[in-house]
Amino acid sequence: MVSPAHFVALAVILFVIGGVGVLVRRNAIVLFMCVELMLNACNLAFVAFARMHGALDGQIIAFFVMVVAAAEVVVGLAIMTAIFRARRSASVDDASLMKY
Amino acid sequence: MKHALILAAPAATTTREFAFWILAIIAVAAGLGMVLARRAVHCAVLLAVVMLSLAVLYAMLGAPFLAFVQVIVYTGAVLMLFLFVLMIVGISSADSIVETIKGQRLWAAIGGIGMLVLLALVIGHAAIGPAAPAKPGFGSNNVNGLAQLIFTTYLFPFEVTSALLITAALGAMVLAHRERTTPKPTQKTLARQRVAGGRPTPLPGPGTYARHNAVDMPALLPDGSTSDLSVSEVISGRAAGDTEGVAAGALARGTDTASGDPGTGDRSDTEEA
Repeated sequence: MVSPAHFVALAVILFVIGGVGVLVRRNAIVLFMCVELMLNACNLAFVAFARMHGALDGQIIAFFVMVVAAAEVVVGLAIMTAIFRARRSASVDDASLMKY
Repeated sequence: MKHALILAAPAATTTREFAFWILAIIAVAAGLGMVLARRAVHCAVLLAVVMLSLAVLYAMLGAPFLAFVQVIVYTGAVLMLFLFVLMIVGISSADSIVETIKGQRLWAAIGGIGMLVLLALVIGHAAIGPAAPAKPGFGSNNVNGLAQLIFTTYLFPFEVTSALLITAALGAMVLAHRERTTPKPTQKTLARQRVAGGRPTPLPGPGTYARHNAVDMPALLPDGSTSDLSVSEVISGRAAGDTEGVAAGALARGTDTASGDPGTGDRSDTEEA
């Protein structure tokens, strides 16, 4: 029998994969994709908890997370195109003007 | 509405178990592939796989509305936005393998394992009970239940969301807007530039249909030599800047295949040059 704990465990694994991706990758767009993966993992946990408690509030929160993620992606990708236009590179290492 | 996804909640337990394990393995494998794939496009496609399998998992957990929103909004809209930006940035952009920070991957792996252990301990200690008995809000009545909650308990956050979306749309427009730093060229200035540029006439067209039906065929000059100007720089640049070699090679192949089937002269042959 698959219990909500299974789904939460899967959410944890996906969240960790996304976190490691954020630490390892250097292409800004791929970084963003890894953040999306982390948000999706959180959504899965929310939906699993909603199922566990038999209340729909968790699904509502997952819905709001989706809205916020969509807004975040729009602004983030706009910033990325602006940076790419100025520097011709999508690598986060190249945008180190403030270093030192 | 009786849809298969809505009826999935009371499905047989063995089917649910089977589906869960298959989807979990697919999702984790695609997630790992996303982190490891070097090309950004491959990452996007693998992320789509993760998102679609999560959509099915939502349906299994009695959230059919979220399952459809996941497919339509996340996989359909957000991921397509990613792909559009990838097209702007360059579809073949790949990460370099060189580490800029020494030991970055090692420490990232250690940090990831640490985070996994920490979260696993937290979940192991938390009392995650079995699923609550099935209610109508988790099946065919899901949309009604969500709507009731959004427009009563969560009305204020829902209204605040509209401000967030307006701000995001305005921010994207401001950030993506490009200020023109030079005046827009008029027809007059363009014509002057053209005459002053030394070549007022258009460039010669390619030798398509002269010897072969491909556009990378250079035009033949009256003395029998070929004109490099007649082949687009985009095409001749494919052969690592060796314009002469491409032109000569294409011409040689053109004469070879001309005796064969001129109507279907093989394009792949000329492209590999």
